[in-house]
Amino acid sequence: MTLLTLTQMSVNLRGRSVLTDVNLTVSAGEVVGLIGRNGVGKTTLMRAALGLIPASGHSSLADMSANARARAAAWMPQTREIAWPVSVADLVALGRLPHDDNAQAPVEAALAHMALGPLRNRRATNLSGGEQARALIARALAQETPLLMADEPISGLDPAHQIATMEVFAGIAAAGRGVMLTLHDIGLAARHCTRLVILSDGGVLADGPPGEVLTPANLAQAFGISAFHADSPDGPVFQPLRRVT
Amino acid sequence: MTRPIFLLLMLVALLAIGSLSIGPANLPFADGLRALVAGGDGPLVLVMREIRLPRMVLAVMIGGTLGLAGAAMQGYLRNPLAEPGLLGVSGCAALGAVLAIQTGMSAAFALALPLSALAGAVLAVVILVVLTGPRGETLTLILGGIAISAIAGALTSLVLNLSPNPFAANEIIFWMMGSLADRSMLHVWLALPFMIVGLALLAGVGRGLDALTLGEDAAAAMGFDLGMLRLRIVLGTACVVGAGTAVAGSIGFVGLVVPHLLRGTVGGRPGPLLWVSALGGAAMLLGADIAVRLIAPDRDLKLGVLTALVGAPFFLHLVWRSRRQRA
Amino acid sequence: MLRRALCLLLAFAAPAAAQQAPARVVSMNLCTDQMAMLLAAPGQLISVSSLARDRQSSAMADEAMRYPVNHGLAEEIWLLKPDLVIAGTFTARASVEMLKRLGVPVLTVPPAYGLADIAERLRLVGDAIGQRDTTDAVITDFKTRLAALRARTGRRPSAALYYANGYTTGNQTLAGEILLTAGFANIAGDGGGGRMSLEALAMASPEALITGQPYPGASRSEEILDHPVVRRIRAARASRSVTDSDWLCGTPYVLRAISDLSALRQEIE
Repeated sequence: MTLLTLTQMSVNLRGRSVLTDVNLTVSAGEVVGLIGRNGVGKTTLMRAALGLIPASGHSSLADMSANARARAAAWMPQTREIAWPVSVADLVALGRLPHDDNAQAPVEAALAHMALGPLRNRRATNLSGGEQARALIARALAQETPLLMADEPISGLDPAHQIATMEVFAGIAAAGRGVMLTLHDIGLAARHCTRLVILSDGGVLADGPPGEVLTPANLAQAFGISAFHADSPDGPVFQPLRRVT
Repeated sequence: MTRPIFLLLMLVALLAIGSLSIGPANLPFADGLRALVAGGDGPLVLVMREIRLPRMVLAVMIGGTLGLAGAAMQGYLRNPLAEPGLLGVSGCAALGAVLAIQTGMSAAFALALPLSALAGAVLAVVILVVLTGPRGETLTLILGGIAISAIAGALTSLVLNLSPNPFAANEIIFWMMGSLADRSMLHVWLALPFMIVGLALLAGVGRGLDALTLGEDAAAAMGFDLGMLRLRIVLGTACVVGAGTAVAGSIGFVGLVVPHLLRGTVGGRPGPLLWVSALGGAAMLLGADIAVRLIAPDRDLKLGVLTALVGAPFFLHLVWRSRRQRA
Repeated sequence: MLRRALCLLLAFAAPAAAQQAPARVVSMNLCTDQMAMLLAAPGQLISVSSLARDRQSSAMADEAMRYPVNHGLAEEIWLLKPDLVIAGTFTARASVEMLKRLGVPVLTVPPAYGLADIAERLRLVGDAIGQRDTTDAVITDFKTRLAALRARTGRRPSAALYYANGYTTGNQTLAGEILLTAGFANIAGDGGGGRMSLEALAMASPEALITGQPYPGASRSEEILDHPVVRRIRAARASRSVTDSDWLCGTPYVLRAISDLSALRQEIE
């Protein structure tokens, strides 16, 4: 089942063309990693897909009504904003706002998923950065949408929590939902995403399974780096090595 | 009904009864209450129904809406320093009211008074929201508020000084500090429709403010129309502050202190904070109005004097804390 | 020793004052304006304060139209080259001090705090401008008419004076004495008065209510005179809305205020 379809989507910000003619789909069961240089338009692509900024072309999500969209996709922005000293449990429960119910089960499930049980009564504003990130992911999970879109959800987490979080995403994809996220760690992207989309020069440079898109040529063009690649018994290993010009 | 709401309701009820039973004419409490309910002729009924009742009702209405407006502005700007009195919204409303009175508009058409105050308040809120953007950065907010307050205060003084009426010039203190002395049911009826409209506008913003806890992007993606939310906050706040200021002058700090004190009782959530702040505001203003009558029974001690004495230290504390958080 | 010196000084001073009546007199206070207009010889008074022309405050507004007005500023008064400036004790203190420093003779006249003060203040002004005969005549006439007006009544109906901001005045004031002379009992009692709450007014429920007439322009302070409580008393009891002009200053015009109120009292009886 397709959860998001972008057709011929172009975005101009302040008179500058950021994205041109992007075509993309995300289906149930997928963990799609969106990668590319800083400023290439990863965040812009996700926000335009959600209808948060104007774009030409089509996005299946942006075409929906605001409420239907809120039930179709959850969005976790990169800025981890928690304006008020609410408890972690209350913060996660904000995910239920689009459903306008006070259902406790999804909140509890999300808390458990992100191992936030011991922190549930702490003030979210007093947590460490990594704990806040987990609480905000849990909030997005509690929204119980078919599609979860997250902007750099694992940046700032320690390695164990990065892996754990990627496993959570893999788990919900396996359960029939879809995940689209941006990240900068090519190694984690290669190991945990089912598909990678490389953005470069305002468009999609490559789209496919990690092993197919992370070619030396693509890495050089998209990031300006070379990388070590090996297939280990534990799966693919990518380690960026040096800059290439 | 949650516990804080229940306790606050009890407090408001107690203070309301206290407000009705305090006055320069030392009436026996039971007689006063009987006169209030039963009515009839005689000075007792006059005192209870025409002097004390409107005073109490206005304290509840104005205090309640100031608390509510403070909580709403703070929730929207995500800044605990936002407050209609401090940021010049009340000051601009007072300017509108003074203009309506001095031009004779309010004498010709009674609703001109609250309408003109409302226009002043709308202007101030719009300037603030445009100036600071939806994320109310503290420095911009406070500096903008100082500028708006200064202009409103200066223009109010100017208008009053140019008045041919010898009393007008001395009224600047009333407009800047506020008072509920010598008000009548007329003032209640004048303010009530605008307060109801304002309450209706602000009633629907709780969930949106909750969502804004996560930032604008997250709130928008959760299906909240931020433009509509802003419109409701601007108009709702202006309605209640404008109407309240038109009849009682600008009373500061209620909208600052009350949400600050009660935030903990609702677990910090800006939505539920709206309604406890409304009750808390009513309680605070009832208390302040009782206090001014106890402290100086023979003088019209201004309400703003008391609320500022209580509120300004809170304000300093908040500024101190926000400075520490930024550092 | 000191007493002898004082006597000597007075002996010299008195005839000197009588001989040279000041030719150019300027008044800069509403109340001294009216006294000077009553007492001065034609051409002697060359300027009165601008308030003297204000119908609401001045009993002699028409009269004042015949005089140039000043605004109590030292500079404009100095340029009039006065031989004598008459000011109130509390008016334009800075201007008065400056005029004194410039060597202009200034007479400061305290306000009248009661009916008994009126003759005294008239005498003070009359002497200073050298119009003893006119002053004698004005004072005699005032005393005769006042004696005739004094109420000979047994019962004194209760009354309240109520002004903007809920102010009232007690017996020990000019307004209070006017009320008393007209045969009322002031509910504010002895003393100078002050703020009277609406509640106190409502509970006292006086038989007569005398309120000030609103000034032009609008003010919140005067709104209290439109409060339902005041309106209720006004509707149920005898009431008068009076202009300040006959009440503000200790001049013979207070007789007009007294006879006004006497008529009101007769309505009640």
